[in-house]
Amino acid sequence: MKDWRYWLAEQRGTLLALGIFIVMFVIYTSNHPAGFTANVVQTAANKGVLLAFVAMAQTLVVITAGIDLSVGMIFLLTNCLASWLVVGTPMQTTLGVIAVLAVGLLCGAINGAIVIYGRLQPIVATIATGAVYYGIGLLLRPFPGGSVNEDLADALTGRVFDVVPASLVVLLAIVLVIWVPFSRSVLGRAAYAAGSSETAAYMSGVPIRRGKFAAYTLAGLLAAIGGLFLTFFTYTGDAAYASGNAYTLFSIAAVVLGGVSLFGGKGSAIGAIFGALAFRTIGDLLFVFDFDPLWQPLFQGVILLIAVSLGAFALFRVRNRLEWFL
Amino acid sequence: MDGAVPLFQMEGISKRYGGVRALEKAELVVTSGNIHAILGENGAGKSTLIKVMAGVVAADEGRMMLDGREVTFASPAAANKAGIVCIFQELSLVPELSVADNILISDPPKRFGMIDRKAQRRIAEEALARAGAADIHPLALVKDLPLSRRQMVEIAKALARKPRVLILDEATSALTAADVSNIFGVLKRLRREGLALLYISHRMNEIAELADQCTVFRNGRNVASYKAGSKSDNEVVELMIGREYSHIFPPKPATVPATAAPRLEARKLSWTDRLDNISLTVRAGEVVGLGGLDGQGQRELLLAFFGVLRGLSGEVLIDGKPVTIGSPAKARRDGIGMALIPEDRKTEGLMLPMTVRENLSFAALDRLSRGGIIDRAAEQRLIDDMVGLLAIKTAGLDIPVGALSGGNQQKVVIAKWLMRQPRIILLNDPTRGIDVGTKQELYQLMRKLADAGAAILFYSTDYDELIGCCDRVLVLYDGAVKRELVGAEITERALIASALNIHGEESPVGLGASA
Repeated sequence: MKDWRYWLAEQRGTLLALGIFIVMFVIYTSNHPAGFTANVVQTAANKGVLLAFVAMAQTLVVITAGIDLSVGMIFLLTNCLASWLVVGTPMQTTLGVIAVLAVGLLCGAINGAIVIYGRLQPIVATIATGAVYYGIGLLLRPFPGGSVNEDLADALTGRVFDVVPASLVVLLAIVLVIWVPFSRSVLGRAAYAAGSSETAAYMSGVPIRRGKFAAYTLAGLLAAIGGLFLTFFTYTGDAAYASGNAYTLFSIAAVVLGGVSLFGGKGSAIGAIFGALAFRTIGDLLFVFDFDPLWQPLFQGVILLIAVSLGAFALFRVRNRLEWFL
Repeated sequence: MDGAVPLFQMEGISKRYGGVRALEKAELVVTSGNIHAILGENGAGKSTLIKVMAGVVAADEGRMMLDGREVTFASPAAANKAGIVCIFQELSLVPELSVADNILISDPPKRFGMIDRKAQRRIAEEALARAGAADIHPLALVKDLPLSRRQMVEIAKALARKPRVLILDEATSALTAADVSNIFGVLKRLRREGLALLYISHRMNEIAELADQCTVFRNGRNVASYKAGSKSDNEVVELMIGREYSHIFPPKPATVPATAAPRLEARKLSWTDRLDNISLTVRAGEVVGLGGLDGQGQRELLLAFFGVLRGLSGEVLIDGKPVTIGSPAKARRDGIGMALIPEDRKTEGLMLPMTVRENLSFAALDRLSRGGIIDRAAEQRLIDDMVGLLAIKTAGLDIPVGALSGGNQQKVVIAKWLMRQPRIILLNDPTRGIDVGTKQELYQLMRKLADAGAAILFYSTDYDELIGCCDRVLVLYDGAVKRELVGAEITERALIASALNIHGEESPVGLGASA
């Protein structure tokens, strides 16, 4: 009877992010000189999916009440690697893609192993591994360069049936192939349970370690998919330190905008995707209103603050002040 | 039992936590189709016993046998797999997940490798119905449920695991009367179905209604096992006490006259469902104890005085004048001069990585500084005084406080507040987990402070302490003051009887605390 209300409550964060995105995107396209055309949507999608992939990666780790400060660097490393490997014949290209994704998985697995079995704080562990990943990326591409199989790149960044941006189709496919099975698997639930209350999960016999390990590993994979797409858009590999850091920080912003709780146990990668798209649109809004691009960081910060404040109202209901600090 | 192999058996189980013996060669025999009650005081070893059974902690020695075969459980999951399921006092539910997710958390139904949500929901609904809690929606998030509903979910979750041995540790403590009778029906049905049930409760009437067999624990050992109903309440209490007095307490002075003006007074304090109309007075020079079973509202009462709880109703008076204490910062102000020695010194009392010196002066920094600058010399003088007064053993003032022993850490917490010369001192089970020598010093100190004119409100789970230290004891039950014991009335028998809310030999002395 009231099932839909429980569903609604569960999806509130995601729906809020969707709402914010739609409002912003409508304002954007209606003020865009070209209006709501396939071209405008395609450009926006191609910019948005990069952050969306990295934000999905971040979501998986944040759900376990951790944080992954290396996602941006895995994104760069796989970009550099793809600019060497994803070239040549279709066969070679396929192997290259597989190799790039495998490296992403490996990076995530290393993070997971260090955090779970080494018992290091996620924040420290991933700062360290992130520096290592960046270092390897820099060795691969001391200077921007390389190339990519342009047929594949053009196909995946173009349009399907001349209407739908191909990058969005890939994003949807990744959601269906990775996120949906994960969130509905025993491991995914273990990740949520560990993030919400690790003691209760342990007492209930939940496979906490495997759940967290799966989350970190898949996060590496998703960041690598983002890295591949970066290569498809730019046709080059570039170990740009500032860009890697920006992606890491923006992924956290997108996750929060998407209704994922930094305390763990709550939220969805789909919310994070809308969070990422909304976050990207902020920059575009400034463009159509002819603001100086220098305003962009300030503007993004203000929007983020407002969105995050919405989630803080629950504190007013707390009756025991000690619970503020839990 | 007659020759047949018991379903589950524990032999010679011992467990130590640091220097503290929690279990000493404990034995337990559990048979199917039986409700077995475990009784004992706080700290008698009941919780440790079931934690060993349920795979939460490993015993230092001894063995467990299931169907006559020796078993070891490396984790709760292993115990569950063997059919031993425990409903813990501290709930083991994951707050951000739904009721259905929680009920089937460790072994959900699967289809194509993914969790089959429809099947999960159906099984969860069945389990809830079996537990008599069909009113709970399986899609509701656990964190949105009130405590009594969560407890029912916990029970449904245990049932869904198809246990052979079901352990209920104070599982009814948060339930409403209607739920309790529901659950009793369920438990009796499970007994008919051949389960073995272990029932831990402090409520004697529940045990009388349910149990077939009782085992009493004391000091980590099982001291008696008997058929339910074969002993009177008083005999049971006798079995639970029977303990040598080993602590040395300072002599108590003549009782402070009841006519003296109260320093701290509460009138009809209530807060959510944890505090119920509490009225009490504490006079200068008095040590007033808070007794009762753990978790009957004692902690909340102290937090209420200290300005931590919001939405408190009733009145707090200091020196006869009504005050509103909105925060710990206000509670320690000069006009009020309150100090709280918290229960969990590691999180609420100390900043473990910071030095002894910094920890000591935190609470008194405003008194030691002028214009925001700390007067180092004054700080040093006061710290020296305190370290001397409390005989804090530390290698130096500039080592992290986390490096000290538990007893000395607790001394630092107390010293930190004494640096403000508080007029009202609230103590929340301050001797938990510290050695006997330090305990003695603390008892002496408490008396010394009271003699110097402080009003002391002292919560302890150790009945000996209440008897040895307090001028008066208020016994709490379900958030209300059930009984006030004065002077020679404070006996172990009276404390336990009123803690269990049964009447001992003496008739209760007027409820409430209107002295």
